[in-house]
Amino acid sequence: MIYLDHAATSWPKPPAVLRAMVDFCEHAGGNPGRSGHRLSLAAARIVYDARESLAELFGASDPLRIIFTANATHAINLVLQGLLHAGDGVVTTGMEHNAVMRPLRALEARGVRLTVIPCAADGSLDVAQAAAVITPATRLVVLNHASNVAGTILPAAQVARLAHQAGAWLLLDAAQTAGVLPIDVRAMGIDLLAFTGHKGLQGPPGTGGLVINDTVDTSQIEPLVRGGTGSRSEHETQPEACPDKFESGTPNGAGIAGLGAGVRWLLDRGVEAIRDHERELTRVLIEGLSAIPHVTVYGAADASHRTATVSFDVGQRTVSEIGLRLDDEFDVLCRVGLHCAPAAHRSLGTFPQGTVRFAAGASTTLNDIHAAIAAVRQLVGS
Amino acid sequence: MSEYGVVLFHTTSSAMRAEKTLLRQGLAIKMIPTPRQFSSDCGIALRFAWSRQDAVREFLAEASVEIAGLHPDG
Repeated sequence: MIYLDHAATSWPKPPAVLRAMVDFCEHAGGNPGRSGHRLSLAAARIVYDARESLAELFGASDPLRIIFTANATHAINLVLQGLLHAGDGVVTTGMEHNAVMRPLRALEARGVRLTVIPCAADGSLDVAQAAAVITPATRLVVLNHASNVAGTILPAAQVARLAHQAGAWLLLDAAQTAGVLPIDVRAMGIDLLAFTGHKGLQGPPGTGGLVINDTVDTSQIEPLVRGGTGSRSEHETQPEACPDKFESGTPNGAGIAGLGAGVRWLLDRGVEAIRDHERELTRVLIEGLSAIPHVTVYGAADASHRTATVSFDVGQRTVSEIGLRLDDEFDVLCRVGLHCAPAAHRSLGTFPQGTVRFAAGASTTLNDIHAAIAAVRQLVGS
Repeated sequence: MSEYGVVLFHTTSSAMRAEKTLLRQGLAIKMIPTPRQFSSDCGIALRFAWSRQDAVREFLAEASVEIAGLHPDG
């Protein structure tokens, strides 16, 4: 079986991730921070260690500003709904996932002023166009670090500088890039980084989070959810201290244990090494697919400007049929359709028919890529 | 003179950070449920030998660990 759906979720997970989750349940099953006994403390230590590992991975100065959430969508909603009010300006791009677009459209209906910067047909963003619409009225700029459809990388650091010149913050949706591209929130000027745990970070589903850089005054962000935090229990108002302000309710301890192990697995290997591997896979994949008659590959042509997520279509053939046949006849697992990103598909010119998406990951081999190309070639010829 | 002191925290995460910091420095400490006489932000406190009060303060400040208080216990 050839698994090419890492943009949806990475599989298989490193064995250390599974071991950490089982260990958590067997030996540290307490509720972190709620009780003072040894099992509660053991759980709290594991959750805290995961914060430290994530802070190290993302170059964040304060592990307490790593906020755990259920996924990247939750982290994005936390910022958008917690920060933006009627009259505020928010700028985003034409390549966003619905995790960004749906909350933004809902906020727009409540009076938030939304500007969408159009993107080119390869999914790229012209920084000059961004500069033209990011103004002192802009409170937040939101963009994906790389497209979940076409893999095209957006110039996050350049847009961050534009945002800061206008007095705005940058929220980066790193769902597709955490663990895939090197990210340093301080060096890149990322004020808020939303990440998911179950893709490039190799953790289990149900994990994700928000990195709040020290440039952000957290009193300006309202929590999405309020409730018990194990702290300030005598008060019926939400605490202001991070991470508790944004982490009400019992956390996904077993999941966070797995996520922490995934991040340490990444730190041991080095994100740069994984990036080099995936870039080579991408180069071969694009070259191989592009050589097949009737196949159109979308997104940046140069593997250096994109992740290992490659979208293509085959003339007028229905993508769902291609996906089904790849699975049934060729053991190639991928994702077809609109990938929860209608805006991105409009930019690429593939709306509403969608694309076939091959997304390689850290565990994908060059042999997998060659076999997948051969499968498409055979399928197209039949 | 009290035998022990306790450090209080705003969040469990700060408490875990303090524990890690002081253990790394080789101090004998223990995490305990916050004694009821202290009105604390966090249910977990750090107990240490009161004689090491200065070292505890110094190491926590050095590591920028935010604390909610430091008191003799009892």
